[in-house]
This record gives sequence, structure tokens and C-alpha cells, in this order.
Amino acid sequence: MSTPILPIEMQKDATHEGRGEALRFEDVQLAFEDKPVLDGISFRLERGETKAIFGVAGSGKSTILKLSLGLLKPDSGRIYTLGMDVTDMREEELFELRRHIGIVFQESALFDSLTVRENVAYRLLEEGLVSESEIERRVREALRFVELEHTLDMFPAELSGGMRRRVAIARAIITQPELLLYDSPTGGLDPVTSTTIIELIVKQRDVYRTSSLLVTHRLQDAFVMATNVFDPQSNRMKQLPRGQRGEVGMSFLVLRDGKVIFDGDAQQLAASKDEYIREYIS
Amino acid sequence: MELISPTDFAKEKVQSVQDYALLAAQSIANLFRTPHYLADTMQQADLIGFGSLPIVLAACFFTGAALALNSATTLSRFGALSVVGQLVSIGIVRELGPVLSGLVVAGRNASGMASELGSMIVTEQIDAMRALGTDPVKKLVTPRVVSTVVMLFFLTILGDFLGLIGGNFVASVVLGLNAHEYWSNAWQTLVYSDVFIGLAKPLVFGFIVATVGCYYGLSTKGGTQGVGRSTTEAVVAAMILIIAVDVFVTRLLMVILGS
Repeated sequence: MSTPILPIEMQKDATHEGRGEALRFEDVQLAFEDKPVLDGISFRLERGETKAIFGVAGSGKSTILKLSLGLLKPDSGRIYTLGMDVTDMREEELFELRRHIGIVFQESALFDSLTVRENVAYRLLEEGLVSESEIERRVREALRFVELEHTLDMFPAELSGGMRRRVAIARAIITQPELLLYDSPTGGLDPVTSTTIIELIVKQRDVYRTSSLLVTHRLQDAFVMATNVFDPQSNRMKQLPRGQRGEVGMSFLVLRDGKVIFDGDAQQLAASKDEYIREYIS
Repeated sequence: MELISPTDFAKEKVQSVQDYALLAAQSIANLFRTPHYLADTMQQADLIGFGSLPIVLAACFFTGAALALNSATTLSRFGALSVVGQLVSIGIVRELGPVLSGLVVAGRNASGMASELGSMIVTEQIDAMRALGTDPVKKLVTPRVVSTVVMLFFLTILGDFLGLIGGNFVASVVLGLNAHEYWSNAWQTLVYSDVFIGLAKPLVFGFIVATVGCYYGLSTKGGTQGVGRSTTEAVVAAMILIIAVDVFVTRLLMVILGS
């Protein structure tokens, strides 16, 4: 892996830590066609923190991400994203807020008809606020971060599943958002590619201190994230000694039947006596 | 198949009509809001207009020819074979040209729009677009509506012309009529209201094709199977709407123009 070049203007504004909460759900309920999906969900995500959400398929994990962005509206309860109440916000108002949030969708959701360059630059091109040369520079930088600079002129169909996921990460981070949402970023990928993706998420977390919400059903990914930090010298993540593992700003949220049954750190999760959680993490 | 109560069924249908009306209204309102996606509009115009050109021309040519053949049988009984040009001209310009062009474009493009947007829904590309700060109605629907309305208008003009050529071909080759006589009859019989009615219809049909195609695409549910269902429903709905609305538009324009 080559060492990423971190632009100065990105670095100076990269730390979003220590400015209160990034996301708060208050007693959120949502049902699809009378079938409850979320039943009184409440949690907080602090600035600079990464929270992994677990749950079986259909437990409403991805729905939480879409609610955070205002892509879906809750039936009741309140949602505060980056300090703003998005519950009743109009779509036009949400567009401004979404400029500060990046999302990586489950199946990447890259635009088929656009090249990798156009996909990654999409938000900047739509905003039309920066010059073409600046867009090109930032696209290359984002792609260098995910180590896919050579794919600039390729189309999504020409990429492997793992590469598409990495391009989606590049698209999400190009504006250096304050909040990053990952929807099963390693789902359906082989172990080696999964590790590459997790390493990129850890890199983003430790280099830019971006608040992140990660939906996954792979417990091992979240534990790797909780026990590793990114080492800029080797450009790799490295495992922390056992005594220092609590220092990583990482927490876990477990959903069951639309309710939160656990919200805490890795040690608390490992020590949990809840039968369902024990079975889940075993 | 799950049974649904009549009340729920009615509510569902009313909701669909409401959603369609809202989408159609938004697609027009977006013409007056920035940003305008000119490049997307041009690209769609090329796909819809140029792409549909051969089939529209072929459909109109053969319909004009068939119309001349069929009308010749009746006209010859009254010894009025020479006015076949008038009949083809009125039939094609007022009715068959716009309706056929509309149906052909609906078959080709309403399905294309529904499947393209439906695929974008099931692969979360529409959600991604919204997450990246783009209004999908502005970016995807309005360019398709504008380009379909404009291109169907011009396709109908060309279709009308090819329909008349088809009629002329039969009149000259099969019926042995003089081409000059055919074109003279065809031209002189047309009045302002015929041309106006014939060219107003494609504007309405184009709007129907694009909005119905986009509506079904954007309301796709249930994965790839849902995309297939949306595509079929879009074509059926667009075609039925064109045929039904044609009656009302014709009557309305006749009242307005007093013809």
C-alpha cells in the first residue's frame, strides 16, 4: 500500500471530534405496511465516535442509516443529525445538511452510466462550486485514499465488488463529511477484500476522526475495528495491546425485534449476560 | 396471492393517482427552478427522438398505405377513388399520425424509462442521488418529460409526412392514380384546425408517455421482478391513457376551434 497524501486543507478541518453529538435518535418508531421495523429506538453517536450496529437481517439496521439522512421519515420520535432536527425537514432543506454527510450503500449504488471519475466527483460537479482542476485533484486524492487511482476512466461494471465498495467510499469521503454512514460495507465480500475495506474505514476514523455509523452483521469486522488503530507510518492498521483497546472511540449497538437491546463498548459487549447477545457473539 | 379489502384497494388507487399527479406537477414546476439539466435533456432527446425515428416512420408509412387501400374499396363504389388523398390526409394528420407516433414512442420509451428508473430504485442509485444532494425528479424526470414532448412533436410531423407518402405509394402503384392529383387533394383538404389538432395531440401524448414511464419506474418495489412489472404496467398504462385521452383532447380542441 502506498502512503496516502493528506491535503493540508483537509487535515486542518479533518478533526470533527469534541463538538458534542453527531447523531441522536429519540424513541423512533417506524412501520412498513403495518409491520413494525423500529420500535422506540434511542441512542447517541458522539462526534469522532464510531458505532457499529448489529442485528439479524430485517432488524432495521439499514433503515436507521436512511432515517439519519432523512431519506425516510419516522412514524414517531425525533432524529437529530449534526445538531439539526431532521424529523420534519423538507427535502430541499435536507440537501444542505446532506452535504456534510457521506454514505456507503450496501451494494455501492454507483451510477452505472458514469465513470469512476464522474461517480466520485458527482457531488462536487452537482454543487458547481469548485473549478474543474480542483475537482480533478480531489477525485484523484479520494481515489488514492482507497488505492484505486488507476480506475479513473473505468465504469462500475468493469470493477469487482470490492473495488466498487472502495469507489463508493471515495465518493462518500470526497467532501470530507462530518458524519459517515456505512451500510454493510463488507457484505458479500471475501475475507481479504473485507479486511481491506475495514482498514479503509479504520484509516478514515483515525486519520480524519470522522463520526461514523457502521451497519454490519459481521461481528468480527467490528471487533477488528475496536482492537486496531491505523498506523500512518506503515500505512496499515495495527492491533493494539490488550490494555489499550478501550482507547478506541468505538461502541456497539445491538438490535432485536426493532428494539435496542445493547448499547456500549466492546468490553461491555463481551461481558454481557444477555442470552441473545451471548449467542450472537459466540 | 394476498387478498386485499375493497377499501384498501380504493385507497391504494387514489394514492397512486395522487402520487402521479404530484410527480407530473413537479416535473413541470422544475422547469422554473434551478439547476436545469440541459445535457441530460439533450441526451434523452437523442435517445427518444432519434432512437424512435425509424419505427415511427415505418409505422406511419405502412398505416398510410393501408388506409389508402382500405378507403379505396369504399370510395371506388361511389366512383370517388380520386379523393383517396383527402381521406388519407385527414386520417393521418388529425388522428393516426399523432396516435400511432404516441403509441410507438410509448412502447419503446415508457418501458425504457420505467426499467431504467426502476433499476436505479432497486440498486439504491436514487437514494444515493438524494444522499448526494440531487433531486431525482429534477435530474431524471424533467429532462425526460421535456425531451419526449419536444421530440414526439417533431416525430409526429415526420410521421404524418411518411403516412402521406405511404398513401401516395398505394395510390400510384396499386390504384393507378396520378401523384399530382393525390398530393393536390391531400394538401387542399387540410385546414388550419386539422393541422392544429394533429400537432397539439403529440404534446399531450409526450407528456403522458414520459410521466407515466417515470412514475412507474420511481414506484418500483420488489427487486428485479418489480422492475419487470413496472415496465409492463408503464407501457400498458401509457398506451391506454393515450387512446383514452385522445378522445377528450379531440373533442376539446374541436369545441375550442369550432370545427
